[in-house]
Amino acid sequence: MSVSRRRVRAVFRKEVREYRRNGFIVLTMAIIPLIFLIQPLIIVFGLPAAAANELAHGHLLLYMLGIPALVPAAVAAYAVVGERQQGTLEPVLTTPVRREEFLLGKVLAALVPSVAIAYAVYAFFLACVELFAQPAVASALIRGPDLLAQLLFTPLLAAWSIWVGIAISARASDFRVAQQLGTLASLPTAVLAALVAFNVIHPTLGLALGLGAALLLLDGAGWRIASATFDPERLITGSR
Amino acid sequence: MQPKNEHGSGRTRSWNIGAWNGTRCRHPRKAKSPVAPSPSPALSVHGLSRHFGDRVAFQDVSFEIGHGEVFGFLGPNGAGKTTMVRTLGTLLSPTSGSATVAGIPLTSENGVEIRRRISIMPESPGLYLRLSVTENLECFADLYEAPHPHDRIGRALRAVNLADRADDACGTLSKGLRQRVALARALLSDPQVLFLDEPTSGLDPAAARDVHELIDELRRRGVTIFLTTHRLDEAERLCDRVAILNTTLRTIGRLDELREQLFARTLTVRTLVALPEPEGVFGDLPAVDGWRQDGPGNYVLAVSDPAVAAPAATRALVAAGADVLSINQSQHSLEDVYLQLVDQDEEAGQE
Repeated sequence: MSVSRRRVRAVFRKEVREYRRNGFIVLTMAIIPLIFLIQPLIIVFGLPAAAANELAHGHLLLYMLGIPALVPAAVAAYAVVGERQQGTLEPVLTTPVRREEFLLGKVLAALVPSVAIAYAVYAFFLACVELFAQPAVASALIRGPDLLAQLLFTPLLAAWSIWVGIAISARASDFRVAQQLGTLASLPTAVLAALVAFNVIHPTLGLALGLGAALLLLDGAGWRIASATFDPERLITGSR
Repeated sequence: MQPKNEHGSGRTRSWNIGAWNGTRCRHPRKAKSPVAPSPSPALSVHGLSRHFGDRVAFQDVSFEIGHGEVFGFLGPNGAGKTTMVRTLGTLLSPTSGSATVAGIPLTSENGVEIRRRISIMPESPGLYLRLSVTENLECFADLYEAPHPHDRIGRALRAVNLADRADDACGTLSKGLRQRVALARALLSDPQVLFLDEPTSGLDPAAARDVHELIDELRRRGVTIFLTTHRLDEAERLCDRVAILNTTLRTIGRLDELREQLFARTLTVRTLVALPEPEGVFGDLPAVDGWRQDGPGNYVLAVSDPAVAAPAATRALVAAGADVLSINQSQHSLEDVYLQLVDQDEEAGQE
């Protein structure tokens, strides 16, 4: 089976245009990162230099991995059920687009902005810490391994959240219900990131590699789950 | 500057149907000419059925449609028309039976290839309301991998007279204009077979007339059109042949064939005063199988050949010294045919 890049791009471009003009999606994409940005900034700005020692034992940066865990799930929830509610799914499926191309376009359209937003928030946070926090606090907070973990785990977490969101979206009959369920289903990964960030789970190289491999496997499984739940006949006829 | 009207243009109400110029070589054909079955039909359906659990959408349906034919698919609500369109459009798989669509056997493996050659305009326009008209069409031109998409979009928009609304968000358009965008979208792929599911549903008479003109133009360009509609006047005006579906295929053929199948041919004779001896006038006429009186001075003659019976009746009436007001051959509309069949089904259901 060959995948048409043009058809994937068509779905991607349409999706991004729709997101940009959908106030609810824009709000979702803005609010969750703000929550994950403002609270740590307030804490870090208030920390004295003496707190650097304590910070060095934690991995506060990893707390922000909640952004790629939660934002894309909420966005991807719109992917299929949104089309159904608008009545646009049937016209799309009457074109030569394959299920895989359709889903790939949807995934990329949720992945690219979510990862871009996450990286932008990280960059903004790091810049603020570097500029306004105590120098000792900044150097305790910004560490190479944490930054690398953040960069690598962001797309892996986002992809998993998107697959879960799309799978839920393909089964749900209402966008808001799909969004709530998608966010709920992505909470475990966000909680895991928080546990690592606050040193409840001590991060090691082995753990990082293990989690990375697990996420890769989950992303592969997510592709299969989403493909299996995307049943055009059921989606068009509304049968259960 | 003239204001934009419901039809998308301040200058003209009729569609710029000449703007659509498909690239496929086709054989122009006079409107509503009888269609001889082609050796390889555009659409061929054999014993096709689709069930949803215990519910039967349609059962054991067979028909063929020639290239360039406008085929009307009629039936009451729930008769299975939309399910048939979805099945032939590869959106639903048939429960049993076989079909060939645009020369390709209807199988799940051939879905993409069939969808490349056809286009479906569903009953609901299904547009992305936050996107502009052009953005909607761009998406679909890419999904069809249409060559020179911008040219095609321009042509399609001109064909439905929406070029001046190209940048408007679809959400700001009226229902009629959205229907036009959906039609433009269906034209993008230059389809061999075009499925139109209730294309004039909810349109005002002028907009519906414009859709009819476009269908006529597409017919002239050789596009095969499968038209489902509730509007019997529409089917009568546009279709070369019609089929009436009510879960099973009740009848199929040209309208004059259906009239002959269902209704006895009659002549209605009106005279100024009642004939003193009508049996003497109508009793032995050639091609007249029987007669009955339908009020004073009104007679209905069952005839086998109106071309023979009408002159003979005229001569007999003149010879009898009758003052003849009119002699008319009975005309049964598609509505009569449709209602006759649907009534038969209802009566059979009650029994």
